[in-house]
Amino acid sequence: MALTVGGGEGRSIRGLIRLLAGAAGILAMLALPQPALAEGEILGGTLTYRAGDERTPIEGVSVTVSQNGTEIGTAVSDAEGRWEVPVPGAGSYAVSLDIATLPEGVTLTDPTRAELPNVAVIGGQRKVVIFPLTEGEGSVAGGGVSVYVRVGALLVAGLKLGATIALAAVGLSLIYGVTRLVNFAHAELVTLGAVLAFVFHVPGSGPGWPLILAAIPAILLVAGFGWLQGRYLWQPLRRRGTAVLSLMVVSIGLSFALRSLIQLTFGGQPAAYPDFAGQPSMIVLGVPVVPKHLVTIAVTIAVLLLVAQFLQRSRTGTAMRAVADDRDLAESSGIDVDRVIQVTWVLAALLAAIGGVFFGLNESVSYDMGFRILLLLFAAVVLGGLGTAYGVMAGGFIVGVVVEMSTLVLPAELKIVSGLVILILMLLIRPQGILGTRERIG
Amino acid sequence: MRPEPAIPHEPGAPKPDPVLTVTGMRRSFGGLRAVDIDHLEIQRRTITSLIGPNGAGKTTFFNLLTGFEAPDQGDHMLDGDLLLGIPAHQVAQRGMVRTFQLTKVLPRLTVLENMLVAAKDQPGSSFLGALRGGWGGQERENEKEAGEILDRFGLAAMADEYAGRLSGGQRKLLEMARVLMVRPTVIMLDEPTAGVNPVLIQSLLEHVKDLRDAGMTVVLVEHDMDVVQSISDWVVVMAEGHVIAEGPPKVVARNPAVIEAYLGRHRGVEDQ
Amino acid sequence: MDWIQILVAGVLATVGPVTAGYALSAIGLNLQFGYAGLLNFGHVAFMLMGGYGTAMTVEFGGPLWLGVLVGIAAAALFGLLIGIPTLRLRADYFAITSIAAAEVLRLVVRSSWAEPLTGGVFGIQGFAGDFHGLNPFPAGLYGLGPFVVTGRALWVIVAGWVLVLLATLFVARIMRSPWGRVLKAIREDEDATRSLGKNVFAYKLQALMIGGGIASLAGILFAVEQQSIYPASFEPRITFIVFVMVILGGAGTIWGAVLGAAVFNFLFFGIDALMARLQANVDWIGAILSPAEAGLIKYVFVGIALILLIVFRAQGLLRGRDEGLGDAT
Repeated sequence: MALTVGGGEGRSIRGLIRLLAGAAGILAMLALPQPALAEGEILGGTLTYRAGDERTPIEGVSVTVSQNGTEIGTAVSDAEGRWEVPVPGAGSYAVSLDIATLPEGVTLTDPTRAELPNVAVIGGQRKVVIFPLTEGEGSVAGGGVSVYVRVGALLVAGLKLGATIALAAVGLSLIYGVTRLVNFAHAELVTLGAVLAFVFHVPGSGPGWPLILAAIPAILLVAGFGWLQGRYLWQPLRRRGTAVLSLMVVSIGLSFALRSLIQLTFGGQPAAYPDFAGQPSMIVLGVPVVPKHLVTIAVTIAVLLLVAQFLQRSRTGTAMRAVADDRDLAESSGIDVDRVIQVTWVLAALLAAIGGVFFGLNESVSYDMGFRILLLLFAAVVLGGLGTAYGVMAGGFIVGVVVEMSTLVLPAELKIVSGLVILILMLLIRPQGILGTRERIG
Repeated sequence: MRPEPAIPHEPGAPKPDPVLTVTGMRRSFGGLRAVDIDHLEIQRRTITSLIGPNGAGKTTFFNLLTGFEAPDQGDHMLDGDLLLGIPAHQVAQRGMVRTFQLTKVLPRLTVLENMLVAAKDQPGSSFLGALRGGWGGQERENEKEAGEILDRFGLAAMADEYAGRLSGGQRKLLEMARVLMVRPTVIMLDEPTAGVNPVLIQSLLEHVKDLRDAGMTVVLVEHDMDVVQSISDWVVVMAEGHVIAEGPPKVVARNPAVIEAYLGRHRGVEDQ
Repeated sequence: MDWIQILVAGVLATVGPVTAGYALSAIGLNLQFGYAGLLNFGHVAFMLMGGYGTAMTVEFGGPLWLGVLVGIAAAALFGLLIGIPTLRLRADYFAITSIAAAEVLRLVVRSSWAEPLTGGVFGIQGFAGDFHGLNPFPAGLYGLGPFVVTGRALWVIVAGWVLVLLATLFVARIMRSPWGRVLKAIREDEDATRSLGKNVFAYKLQALMIGGGIASLAGILFAVEQQSIYPASFEPRITFIVFVMVILGGAGTIWGAVLGAAVFNFLFFGIDALMARLQANVDWIGAILSPAEAGLIKYVFVGIALILLIVFRAQGLLRGRDEGLGDAT
């Protein structure tokens, strides 16, 4: 056995570092301060917007809460921008912000979201409602939104959602390709990425770095966690000969445990990243667009192109494709299949974490954010072809756009259904996906 | 029963009493022609061996015949019944039963249960029949029949053992015994001697001959040339999806086209 | 530390209607997954159909007994609808489709579109009067020592466990028949069973529908017991909990589902009671965990338990080692 680091010895040192990093991450999360639970059910929030480097609270904005058309209460935001409406119990409420009461030069980031028709409150909960506001031009106040603007806004929204889906789904598909495992816990990697970035970003829970900086350790930690998972959970199970179906059940247990653990440490309430919140929108081709959405889409495309290059050109990438194609053949050609699988895990986790940070940036961070889109990840993977990469990249964006665009005809609470319908239809009509090949029997 | 010498030794030769007829059968995967057979007839009550180099399309052909895969074109008939589009389980019900290259005994069922699953007449096999009850009598009859077959195959002592505990050779025997419970007309054996201890092969082959003598037709895919020579009444040779030769075993062994196919003289070797 | 109270909480949970209901759900899943090998990740949908079928029938003026029949039929119909197109798919594709279908169902039932029929997010209340009217136990408290229940609860417990017994006997009867044998053969090897002339697809569909019908009783029992039904009660994690129960007890055994439900609930509620007391009484634990967080610990255990089960004892409590769940042999 060679004594140089970089061989077996080096690997275990790296593994130890990753283990410690993972443990540190978990301990960091446990230290998060927790919001106290209020008595009775309340809907509330804080209205602020960003002007330059300052976050400015907005006073005097009227928010109305109603149920089944009956008004329950109205609140006006105070000097700190806070508003609160107690509600009679658990259930679903409509919350709407009166645009006319917004001060000059401040508008909703998404003009189609002045009214939120289906906000669910559970027993004993103080439910936070977020209205992202920005400085600048928006659409015409107090009027309908033109179809063109609406479609344009939904398209952008769909692409930004699709960006996260594509990033996470590619990893899911690659893992399937090299190990034949459908990993139900994959979406938790997205959540972990977002939550860890939150820890490093929000002052009080961590060092309080700017989001871009905070994202780096978050993504690396999740990549490390992917490595740990691959090496210490899935590899031993595979070596034992555990059937793929049992592995799927294990992945469900893992997803459950992770989600509950995150809920335990992060809390049940969604939270937003302070950075870039309420970013002013700009008009692009007549459509109000928030720069962070465009950045998300652009960076995601760049990352995916890099991944495509990696898969096509690099030795490891080619090895990954070979293992996905025919594992035994790859092995007999001298490819170290275990190493390839580990690299796949790291890559998949890395991509999922990036997707998570973007997801948190564009919406909010919650313990179940990944799980809520898990089925959309499957939709993208099935659309593109389980085991392929390029089709899934496109599939992710397609699913995102379909889901958001479906709100043109479906109520917002049902938009996920459109993604699920794609999933089911694809499986029935063409299970191998657009780019996959039909499997031989025997 | 040996086919009469009047049958020509060429691919697609008609047989005096064909139990299985194949016409124009083609199957491709992504641009590759896996099976391309113009015409083939299998004589009733014979042991016909299907041989050919790796990749010749033998297993695909098996799958197509037994309904496990669907051909792109062509059809085949069993005893005059058209089998086109018939799913695998119905093909089996109509009398053509197959075994698999990698033995498929049901490991967590006992040997006897393996046999009973195959039994044809059992009203308790349907859900309503099971609910109604009264299937005990038929069950006892089936058990008797199973016992007799297991006895013939020398497996009677293992009747209550989990099939997963059987040795490789015993599993092959069980698979063959199980097939008999379905009372088939044609038995398709996919590499029956693969992985079997050479000592056991002889007794396995005796069982195969017994099947034919009992009135069934046997078609087997086989790689072991000694086996082919020793038990076949007729041999069909496939290469690159086509049938390239047919005839009695000794004649086929001398056929230059067959020898060439096995020595691996591929056309278009320049392309690689 | 009042261990007696913790034990009592565990035992009461184990004999209570919650366990009876989960046992019914597990018996259904055991038929689908333990015997037929179907990876039904959308199992909670059958419970939803049962509960909502019953509640909606009563809402629209029907008697409760009709509602129960409608609930069972609705679940079986759901099994038919998703089974016909998807049972031909490979196991992992079926798993994904089933969970997607169950989520679509839940989201639609929960939506404001469906509110006139299903009550949307609020669900339906007050439909089980007939059932509680049949209660033979006069009002009051019944019990031995520390285990005390009301007359109303006792009736639900008795009714629930009678159903569990009937369901178990029913499954035992059909699994000991030739039909059951074919089902087991399908779980072992589909192609082999097909090659012996059995219509594998039809058997799988029957297992899905019958298992679904049994599981619907769980939804009906819960709905009737609480006199209300909400979509939030039918989230995907319910399916996973039932999977743990089935695997824990021993998939593919007659009593495994019931045992698994009982042991799981004993541990689940026991841990809950334990954590609540630790949080209240032990200082350093109270410092890191709030009461709500202590309540979440049991879910973490569920996930870890599932993993450990598969890794170390996939055959569950009632099976021998050779009969393991998923190891390749």
